[in-house]
Amino acid sequence: MPKRDHAGPPSELDVSRRGFLKGAGAALSSGIVAGAEALEAANRAAAKIIGPGKTPVTLKINGVNKALNIEPRVTLLDALRDELELTGAKRVCDRSSCGACTVIVSGKSVYACSMLAIEAQGKNIETVEGLSVAGKLHPLQQAFVDNDAQQCGYCTPGFVMACKAFLDKNPNPTIEQVRKGLGGNLCRCGTYVGVAEAVLQTAGKKGGRANA
Amino acid sequence: MRAFDYAAPKSLNEAVSLLSRRGDRARVLSGGTDLIVQVREKRRDLDLMVDVKNIPELSEIRYEPAAGLALGASVACSRIYEHPVVSRVYPGLVDAAFLIGGIQIQNRASLGGNLCNASPAADSIPALIAHRAICVIAGPNGGRELPVEQFCVAPGRNALQAGELLVSFRIPAPPPRFGANYIRFIPRNEMDIAVVGCGASLTLREDLKTIAEARVALGAVAPTPLLVAEAASALSGSAFSSESVDRAAIACQAAARPITDMRGTAEYRRHLVGVLTRRALLKAFERAQEAANAR
Ligand code: FES
Ligand code: FES
Repeated sequence: MPKRDHAGPPSELDVSRRGFLKGAGAALSSGIVAGAEALEAANRAAAKIIGPGKTPVTLKINGVNKALNIEPRVTLLDALRDELELTGAKRVCDRSSCGACTVIVSGKSVYACSMLAIEAQGKNIETVEGLSVAGKLHPLQQAFVDNDAQQCGYCTPGFVMACKAFLDKNPNPTIEQVRKGLGGNLCRCGTYVGVAEAVLQTAGKKGGRANA
Repeated sequence: MRAFDYAAPKSLNEAVSLLSRRGDRARVLSGGTDLIVQVREKRRDLDLMVDVKNIPELSEIRYEPAAGLALGASVACSRIYEHPVVSRVYPGLVDAAFLIGGIQIQNRASLGGNLCNASPAADSIPALIAHRAICVIAGPNGGRELPVEQFCVAPGRNALQAGELLVSFRIPAPPPRFGANYIRFIPRNEMDIAVVGCGASLTLREDLKTIAEARVALGAVAPTPLLVAEAASALSGSAFSSESVDRAAIACQAAARPITDMRGTAEYRRHLVGVLTRRALLKAFERAQEAANAR
């Protein structure tokens, strides 16, 4: 569905502005790109174009390298779920809006549905499957259980990973920081209070039931 | 999602060469939070994604007290507000970077991508304008520069010509006694699109009351973000007071050309313009005083 946010009429306005801009902006800074000669050189050494067919991609997931053969268009989420059977990250909105697909890449939480798998090559990818060790839940997962932080559970793996990235960066958060820091995850069942308590419990703060 | 090629050039020349050869069948991939969704939802058609995040100029944050800031177009929002110097010196940018989406978006989305999308409601654009940011553009015929307020030409359309690439923002070092702010109105606390946004900056004279220079920019009230020159002239040379701020707010309301849509009526938006202009100016004023006192 095309977005119609504030779309004013395109009108003759853009024509005149475009014409104006063509003339303007001749002022230059530091010779960023040289002329024909350099372009020709670049053409020869041109960056490798990959695709649209399958290409080898290696992803380091939870510390283990996985070799895949996938098209460039495959998102990190689809690679995890469809190629590697790591179905923890969920495909809910598939449009950067809900957080159910959250994984951690290079220490930062990202939506796996709006990142290409090929972009994640050479980076450390953490998924919810990597949290528990030898069948023992990660303290954050345990805190979710202790605080009833899930109902249907569909948002939960993404929420857990968002919480982990948040706590890695803010080991001693206030409740306001928790609310702001987890704003990128939606829960249709409304488990937000439990999630916030689970985060506080994991941080060793009062608020979680285990610390009550 | 349709199939496409992918390339991750390591230099500006390679990127420009790719973009020139593939014309408008190629699109620049920065954070991907909009582009990948647009392609999947068939709102954008392309044959090649040019991932620009491996190009040093696009991913650098370089600050020098005299020269100011070179901010790579693909630098993720969270890198901006986590940067010890930038977060202190460019408060308006921080306000905007901290508002765009949730943390997962901020870890990927860039101000360059936000600008190139040319949404009338983009949060970063009024903030960039308030900070006098200049777009540094590379292209097949060399480089050029363009003030941010001239970059958007229509909803979803920007001033880049065939083969051109937005490289970075050149943002002057703020003068002493400078403060800036970006605020927006949304009906909820997070993760929404601005009904109206306002970026403002003020430079004070040594008495810390008189306004030497001002910039006020508005989002979501016209086909493109607006720099309101009349607001600046209403403030420059005057004492910061409720009268001068009112004059600026009225100038902004007069400049706004809002439409009615699902987020608000034109009348409501015009009202908001006045409210947000006053608040943004007040915050910018407080920050200018703080900056002066911190010296
Ligand atoms: S599935 Fe990725 S944000 Fe919703
Ligand atoms: S537990 Fe059901 S969506 Fe969150």
